[in-house]
Amino acid sequence: MAALLDSPRWLGVLMIAPAVLYIVLVVGLPFVLAILYAFSGVTMGSRTIEFVGFKNFISVLETTKFQTSLRNTFVFALIAQVLVMVLGTVLAMALLKDFRGKWLVRLLILLPWVAPISLGTIGWLWILDSTYSVINWTLEALGLIGADGWFMWLGVPYLAMGSVITIHVWRILPLATVILLAGLTSIPHDIHDAAQVDGASFWRHLFQITLPLIRPIMLVAGLFGLVFAFTDMIVIFVLTRGGPYDTTQVLASLAFFTGIQAGDLAEGAAIALFLFPLLLAVAVAFLRVARRAEVT
Amino acid sequence: MDLVTREGEFLVLLGPSGCGKTTLLRMIAGLEQPSSGEILIGGQVVNDLPPRARKIAMVFQSYALYPHMTVFKNIAFPLKAQGVAKEEIPKKVAWATGLFGIGHLLERKPRQLSGGERQRVALARAVVREPAVFLLDEPLSNLDAQLRTSARDELQQFQRRIGITTIYVTHDQIEAMGLGDRIAVMQGGRVRQLGTPAEVYGEPADTFVAGFLGSPPMNIVEAAADRLVGFRPEHFLPREVHDGSGALVALGFRVTRVEYLGADRLLYGVLEDKFPGAKVIARLPSTVTLPYEGGRRYEFAVPEKELRFFDRTSGLRTAPRPV
Amino acid sequence: MAMSPALKRVTARGGHLGLIGLFTVFSAFPFYWMFITTFKRTSDLMKRSNNPFIYNEPPTLENLRVLFFDTLYVRWLGNTLFVGVLVVFVTLLLAVPAGYALARLTGKWGEHLGIGIFLTYLVPSTLLFIPMSRLIGDLGLQDSLWSLVLVYPSFTIPFCTWLLMGFFKAIPRDLEEAAMLDGYSRFGAFVKVVIPISLAGILTAVIFTLTLVMQEFVYALTFITAARNYTVSVGVPTFLVHGDVYFWGSLMAGCFIASVPVAVLYNFFVDRFIAGFTVGAIK
Repeated sequence: MAALLDSPRWLGVLMIAPAVLYIVLVVGLPFVLAILYAFSGVTMGSRTIEFVGFKNFISVLETTKFQTSLRNTFVFALIAQVLVMVLGTVLAMALLKDFRGKWLVRLLILLPWVAPISLGTIGWLWILDSTYSVINWTLEALGLIGADGWFMWLGVPYLAMGSVITIHVWRILPLATVILLAGLTSIPHDIHDAAQVDGASFWRHLFQITLPLIRPIMLVAGLFGLVFAFTDMIVIFVLTRGGPYDTTQVLASLAFFTGIQAGDLAEGAAIALFLFPLLLAVAVAFLRVARRAEVT
Repeated sequence: MDLVTREGEFLVLLGPSGCGKTTLLRMIAGLEQPSSGEILIGGQVVNDLPPRARKIAMVFQSYALYPHMTVFKNIAFPLKAQGVAKEEIPKKVAWATGLFGIGHLLERKPRQLSGGERQRVALARAVVREPAVFLLDEPLSNLDAQLRTSARDELQQFQRRIGITTIYVTHDQIEAMGLGDRIAVMQGGRVRQLGTPAEVYGEPADTFVAGFLGSPPMNIVEAAADRLVGFRPEHFLPREVHDGSGALVALGFRVTRVEYLGADRLLYGVLEDKFPGAKVIARLPSTVTLPYEGGRRYEFAVPEKELRFFDRTSGLRTAPRPV
Repeated sequence: MAMSPALKRVTARGGHLGLIGLFTVFSAFPFYWMFITTFKRTSDLMKRSNNPFIYNEPPTLENLRVLFFDTLYVRWLGNTLFVGVLVVFVTLLLAVPAGYALARLTGKWGEHLGIGIFLTYLVPSTLLFIPMSRLIGDLGLQDSLWSLVLVYPSFTIPFCTWLLMGFFKAIPRDLEEAAMLDGYSRFGAFVKVVIPISLAGILTAVIFTLTLVMQEFVYALTFITAARNYTVSVGVPTFLVHGDVYFWGSLMAGCFIASVPVAVLYNFFVDRFIAGFTVGAIK
């Protein structure tokens, strides 16, 4: 025993084993089951797993509900993530400068990320309420719309998609901003000074010095954001439940409604599994970034 | 390598950074495993013993004081590990702190101490459990120059008093010369020479030791196709300065640059006649007041008995030969 | 006509502040709105012609009374705390040793394992909740808070292991080695020296675990069916919203109370969180 506690090799194994074991059991096992289910006919009630090959995938692929959801997922995730990266960069650069009350601004900007997302989204549910929306009230007060021209923010297909995208951006923007800000702060001041002395204009400085230097960190922020955007269902669940007419239904929410609420575990698992290739791509990209950071 | 310390000796491991001296020390401490060979402490092979069972104490370059403990707790820490009786601990701590005059700091945390005080706390913590061997890894390198001189003095006095075998790692040759009973000059993971300070300075075993010790180091010039000859800058003096006892080797010296350093003058230049073109340095004590300037030739000489000969390929010392 | 330098500076400054102001309003407005609504009478809220920015009728505490005494809100807060404390305990028990092992003991294979562990943090609940709901059922834990205690560490452990690994790596090795020479084993040095020095890091892990537990939605929604067993993040949106009548005042109060205090606490630790997230991508 004493020797065990001294040898770094065995002590290391001993200390890490519980965590690894736990992760294998609670993440690995369900993960394998998720794949098994997707190829089986399992439902909430059934106790046995019989394999049905690609039947689930095929039947899922044929439904218009799935096709819409797949398209919505990409529209939702890509638009949201592009907005997050652009706005995050702008905001991070604005926050790089010192000004009075910066700590308060930072606290306020972080709120959407830190607060439980389901609760923050309810705040929006009220702001976008069909009858009492403060946005509509303000627009009317400004004379931009009439009393009968109030927008149904969550009730009209394109507006609903716009709303869920906006609120997703609202929620992820703080994370992207602080990550990008960390990247900007890590650029040595000398480099900016040198660029200034060399007479670089603002845009030249931005595109040829600043952005290339924070590229690895932008990649990290972008990858994490993509994972969140592709797999999250909370905003949509709380705001629209996929409606109206599935125009905001995404794979994650569809998997929930099919697998849990309708009790078709197999089909739900098959839908969720469509997210997997995407996650794999993100994981590989992340590993490459991590490796490159190690080398330099 | 073979390296044996004597009981109660102050042994210095000296070498440039990356020469393996710290690795050797860490192997003795048990923090690293030797790939082969045996380490003995007090006649017992300790290769398979963990650090705590080796009866050694070590002072790290950073002092490694535990930042979350007071000075008292830092020093009592090894005693608690050994299971020393509770009522004995304050007595032993008082003894150790008394040795270094830090009794008034017991309630402070390490961050509230100056560099010199930290070093003493580290020493007290090392000495408190009366180890068989005392290992010091560049313990003075974090002190400023002035403090370093007085700390060196204290360290030596303390070592003499407690008489524990001490192994001291440094890259600073002045520390090594001043502190060591013997010095092991190391390079590339081997001991190049082991000897008293006078031996390693006066009788270097090879060109590495000759070139590493002394500031500026020994002048080494090609004497023949297979032979190098070396002489110390302080022996390379104007002809008229030598007192005439013993044979001299005369050398024509064209000075290129003069550096005035207060106590000495350094003359940089090249030899003429014999060994033409060899770059050498002469070190003139301030008692020599003759004027020198760059661009002129002077007649210099080295006493024959101060010449050291080395084999050109191996770099090892060889017997004296006529030049 | 070219602007004078002074005018240019003022415009740039104004633009900068305006930009920041715009983003700040966008981020914080929903929370401000929750706060305003909390104290409004229902009759005030339900009149479309009323200016929603001001109190047209005197403010009231009625919404808070309803929230705390007529709903299960307090119980949901208690449930969340119960799950949070237990998950923190489990997480620390497993992640602290694992983080140390990755930082110091496992060498090259540990580095790969560390990245592997971190990547499991990216496996989303939406991929796992279907088989998990089945497993939870098989274990007889459906509709029990213990199901959450069992499952939540699946995302807190990867993240905290990674975070703590960074902390442990930053501790000078000398300190552990000194403790080993002073008479302790590797493990003894870890317990006696490394853990006390890392309290700040461990506290950070505790805060993140608590916020992650508070945020979690999908598992709680899937495993828990009885209203009295909800956590706050699921109880408020599902139970309070899906009554026939929306009690907007109480609803907003419930959201505000559960969001803002945690956010303020979290704000003190966010830099460490980011340091964990960005791994080696910052040099």
